[in-house]
Amino acid sequence: MKKLSARRRHPLAAVVVLLIALAATGGIYTLVAPPDKAKADETAQTLTIEEGQKLYAVGCASCHGTGGKGTTDGPSLVGVGAAAVDFQVGTGRMPAQQPGAQVPKKKNIYSQAEIDQLAAYIASLGAGPTVPTENQYSPEGADIAEGGELFRTNCAQCHNFTGKGGALTNGKYAPTLEDVDPKHLYEAMETGPQNMPSFPDTTLTEQNKKDIIAYLDEVNSDKSESPGGLELGGLGPVSEGLFGWVFGLGGLIAVAVWVAARTAKARKS
Amino acid sequence: MSTSHDDDRRKAPAGERVADWADGRLGIYGLAKANMRKIFPDHWSFMLGEICLYSFIIIILTGVYLTLFFHPSMNEIEYHGSYVPMQGQLMSEAYASTLDISFDVRGGLLIRQIHHWAAIIFLAGMFVHMMRVFFTGAFRKPREINWLFGFLLFVLGMFTGFTGYSLPDDLLSGTGVRFTQGAILATPIVGTYISMFLFGGEFPGGDFVARFYSIHILLLPGIMLGLVVGHLILVFYHKHTQFAGAGRSNKNVVGMPLLPVYMAKAGGFFFLVFGFIAMLSAVASINPIWVLGPYRADQVSTGAQPDWYMGFAEGLIRAMPGWEINFAGHTLVLGVFIPLVIFGLFLGVIALYPFIESWITGDKREHHILDRPRNAPTRTAFGVAWITAYMIMLIGGGNDIIATSFHMSINAVTWFVRIGFFAGPVIAFIVTKRICLGLQRRDKDKVLHGRESGIIKRLPHGEFVEVHEPLSQEQLHVLTAHEQYEPAEIGPTVDENGVERKVKAPQKLKSRLSKAYYGEDGQIPKPTAEEYQEITSGHGHH
Repeated sequence: MKKLSARRRHPLAAVVVLLIALAATGGIYTLVAPPDKAKADETAQTLTIEEGQKLYAVGCASCHGTGGKGTTDGPSLVGVGAAAVDFQVGTGRMPAQQPGAQVPKKKNIYSQAEIDQLAAYIASLGAGPTVPTENQYSPEGADIAEGGELFRTNCAQCHNFTGKGGALTNGKYAPTLEDVDPKHLYEAMETGPQNMPSFPDTTLTEQNKKDIIAYLDEVNSDKSESPGGLELGGLGPVSEGLFGWVFGLGGLIAVAVWVAARTAKARKS
Repeated sequence: MSTSHDDDRRKAPAGERVADWADGRLGIYGLAKANMRKIFPDHWSFMLGEICLYSFIIIILTGVYLTLFFHPSMNEIEYHGSYVPMQGQLMSEAYASTLDISFDVRGGLLIRQIHHWAAIIFLAGMFVHMMRVFFTGAFRKPREINWLFGFLLFVLGMFTGFTGYSLPDDLLSGTGVRFTQGAILATPIVGTYISMFLFGGEFPGGDFVARFYSIHILLLPGIMLGLVVGHLILVFYHKHTQFAGAGRSNKNVVGMPLLPVYMAKAGGFFFLVFGFIAMLSAVASINPIWVLGPYRADQVSTGAQPDWYMGFAEGLIRAMPGWEINFAGHTLVLGVFIPLVIFGLFLGVIALYPFIESWITGDKREHHILDRPRNAPTRTAFGVAWITAYMIMLIGGGNDIIATSFHMSINAVTWFVRIGFFAGPVIAFIVTKRICLGLQRRDKDKVLHGRESGIIKRLPHGEFVEVHEPLSQEQLHVLTAHEQYEPAEIGPTVDENGVERKVKAPQKLKSRLSKAYYGEDGQIPKPTAEEYQEITSGHGHH
């Protein structure tokens, strides 16, 4: 210690201290600091959130309030998560055109990048379900029959046997699930949009959701077959009865009129 | 043993020998002689009953095929057939065998669809046939019994259809059976016992498919077949009704003989009906039970409706508020019981209508000439009111499908049905009666003044008139052939000595009804021969 103390006023002492300090700082920094790439990501993330906030201010804030706190016209979005945003905006339901019993599906006017920005902003307000990855929702490797049973147990009471949709009270409805994107199906189950209850992984596991998606893909998508012929909307006896009356009996009456009109007429005297 | 004498005799043609052989054993000659020249009048609406008969035959034929492959059992098995989305699912044998019929039996799906479409058309055909008979007054003496036969066929058809719809034990029909069990349970006092008896214990149990099966393929169709035969025998016995026309009277039938013309036509029409239904079944799917899933009491789907002929009952239950009374530990579910009672009364009133009308008119004569609906305004209005109530309840039965298809609130649809069930028939009655009376006035005008020709004539003094063409004698006959009843009067209630005569309440009611039917507001007096003479002879009128 004496040596050090004796040389503390050496002209190079300040330089040595500076070098040691720099080395220590640099060393600690390299140990503690995140890698460079992550740093760049964070910047990008901040940017995304900022962009999302701008989009939010234009398209959403009038109902959901600034900062997603909610107003009398729209619920708070704190904690709904990115999955909810991806579903609502991705299916065109949000931004809503007008208040009503239920916000209908319509043409989506946002690009996927913009939706991601909005989702990032909403996710930054509070933790919530994240957007699922493709291997979570892709119907491959799922059990269709199991999915059918799960669907009939959990979904059919509102969405009909094969997801053709159904009525709820006072103008609300469970929409048709025909050709809905598997990602949106997954997100809907996870987040429970509008009048739908949510089915988190504790209720329907990831595999269960996959099975349900695979079942719908089998029975209610553009590749589904209808072995019996025209499906008549898949709505059951009401549409079948109407078809039977109009085309069945109607057609037969037309045949009867045709037969009666072509008869061996008695010769007119 | 044969002698040369026999060989000499010329042999009769083969057909004659067969006929002779059969006649010797069955006595068909007398039967054929009496009936082969039976006359049937020609009108397309007389073929509605034929549509029903032929679809009934088609149902029996296809039904027999289906019984060969259907297992009426509720034993639970695991499915390993060819329909992928059901692989490995637990289901009853009934459901599994229906899947097999649909996917693994040759022609099974087509036959199943023919069977089901034919049933839909059979019931719809009976409904329209019944309405044809109603609106033309064909139910009047001597055909009241046959009207009841037809009515029974319609009601039995409803229940045969319902039991058949329940057999596949799928999620849709299981919900329907549960609905029925609810209706049975709502019956006071006996409901629980009937339910326990029918299902062999608590619902759903393991018995109902087998029980419904024997009801569906044996009991009800057996009774129906008997009724159909009786219905046809009575049509033969009464002879067919016909519309009024020159040369047609209450004592004759103008038309084609049974053999050969009518038989050829009817035979041909059978194949047309069969072909048409087969084509329909090849094109349009019906009751795709494979996507509905097997019945499980813990599952249910939205949009669960019965086939259309039970839609009226469904509508009544859906429209009825869920009232109930709790009394001394017992529950009376009015929300289900009242619809059940209305269902019976509503069908009963149309069944008994012929007797009600003949009581009001006091007419005990036979009628073989049909009415034009406009010439019986009150009856026609009553029929339209009945149909209106029926149709409104059909809307009620499909309230959820209507709500989603037309983007309406299901509550609004239900309220429309609730109000419409009472207001609709009243409006329909008034409107129909006005239309009938208007048409009667128009008929009268046509008889007296002729048909508007559309030719405008200018008279020498400058007046423009339209030339009316007088009707032909035949047309005049059609427009004036109907007879008009006088309203039944009670007569003076006080006799010449001032003593009051007692008039019983039913008689007062009858008189009032009769007035409503045939009074001033009930019909337009048809033109008399004198009026016609006066107008046609006086050239001053156009």
